[in-house]
Amino acid sequence: MNVSDRELRVKPINNGTVIDHIESGQALNVLKILGIGSHSKTVVSLLMNVPSGAMGAKDVVKVEGRELDPEEVDTIALISPRATINIIRNYEVAEKFRVGMPRKVVGIIKCGNPNCISNSNEPVSSKFMVESADPVLLRCSYCEFVLDKNIADNLL
Amino acid sequence: MIFGRRHIISTKDFSREEIDFILDRAERLEPYARKGGLDLLKDKVVATLFFEPSTRTRLSFDTAIKRLGGDTIGFDSAESTSVVKGETLSDTIRIIESYADAIVIRHPREGAARMASEVSSVPVINAGDGAGHHPTQTLLDLYTMRKECRKPLGDLNVAIVGDLRYGRTVHSLAYALSLYGASLSLVSPEPLRMPESIINYLRKHGVTLVETPRIEDALGQADVLYMTRIQKERFPDPSEYLRVAGSYRITPDTLESVGNDMIIMHPLPRVNEIDPGVDSTRHARYFQQAFYGVPIRMAVLSLVMGKEI
Ligand SMILES: [Zn+2]
Repeated sequence: MNVSDRELRVKPINNGTVIDHIESGQALNVLKILGIGSHSKTVVSLLMNVPSGAMGAKDVVKVEGRELDPEEVDTIALISPRATINIIRNYEVAEKFRVGMPRKVVGIIKCGNPNCISNSNEPVSSKFMVESADPVLLRCSYCEFVLDKNIADNLL
Repeated sequence: MIFGRRHIISTKDFSREEIDFILDRAERLEPYARKGGLDLLKDKVVATLFFEPSTRTRLSFDTAIKRLGGDTIGFDSAESTSVVKGETLSDTIRIIESYADAIVIRHPREGAARMASEVSSVPVINAGDGAGHHPTQTLLDLYTMRKECRKPLGDLNVAIVGDLRYGRTVHSLAYALSLYGASLSLVSPEPLRMPESIINYLRKHGVTLVETPRIEDALGQADVLYMTRIQKERFPDPSEYLRVAGSYRITPDTLESVGNDMIIMHPLPRVNEIDPGVDSTRHARYFQQAFYGVPIRMAVLSLVMGKEI
């Protein structure tokens, strides 16, 4: 058993979701994408910079009492393409899948064009089409601005 | 081909076949663009919402609507509307869509027309959004080339001259010409070159293109010389602007070496890119080009309202 396995087993969760293999440093952004903030009542454990054979270091997020659906988590692929999702039921991994790049990203990332209609006071969510997954390339559906770097910095 | 209730937001939404369809429709409508006599839009109201002024575009749309026998409502600057009181564009669209059968919109923010089309249940036609799209301009540019050149669009060598970096209508035009397989010469000063992403797109789609800062390099083989304005503000150093602006000025002398059939286009208004002496040469087409905006807009309006001719 390696270090990260022991760490993960420190506090097994009964029911919920474990998001593993998050790029190190992106755990807080993952919470942001999941809409978990300071007012959230969900029990969340956060492991940052866990040593990992494949990745050197990784972050892990455990969300108790909530099963995340693939669409909800696919956006995580934008900032952590190698992340895996483990659905836990009764302390067992009931389902395991990798995040997949979504086709579009709605309401999560801010358009980099300050003159874009989605950055005004209109009641619309930002909307991007994913044009390429590797490297990540997003195109604003409103103004066609291309976002290809610092995507994590543009999280709403 | 079904155009009824379709929004016209970006040239990129259309295939070559669809563009040809619109150009064919414009051709049939052209006689009526000159003298009227149609009532395709009888009892129809088109709202022209100009959140920023653009007199020529608005008059061109107004003419098109009236030549089709329709009526217009609208405004030509945001100052005269509740927008200054802070009403959102979404709200304005929701109100206007209950008054009008189609909405023509010009707005200073990029993506505004796309957003309006998501809110509106009646067709929305983009008449320019910020530095963004202006699809009827691209359509009328293509129509002008089709009407005024002796070769099919795919055989043309089009030299696009001026600010290729910020002029997004030029980007749409280059994209549309790539659908036909035309060759492009892109003439611009170094700081105003066509963005790399568009160059890559054009190359990927097999467009033969040459980039040069010297207009002389493009004149010899050009079938179309498409001039655009270069804005002074783009240059930190005014003397640099003067040097560039001067080298892209077309005069009757410049035209001595060009082919007999070469035509000169310009989206207008011109500042000093084209000497008035050129107007009376066989090459000038920019005033026809402006007129062709009317049949093109008649075609688009009648199509989105599902009217046959
Ligand atoms: Zn945008």
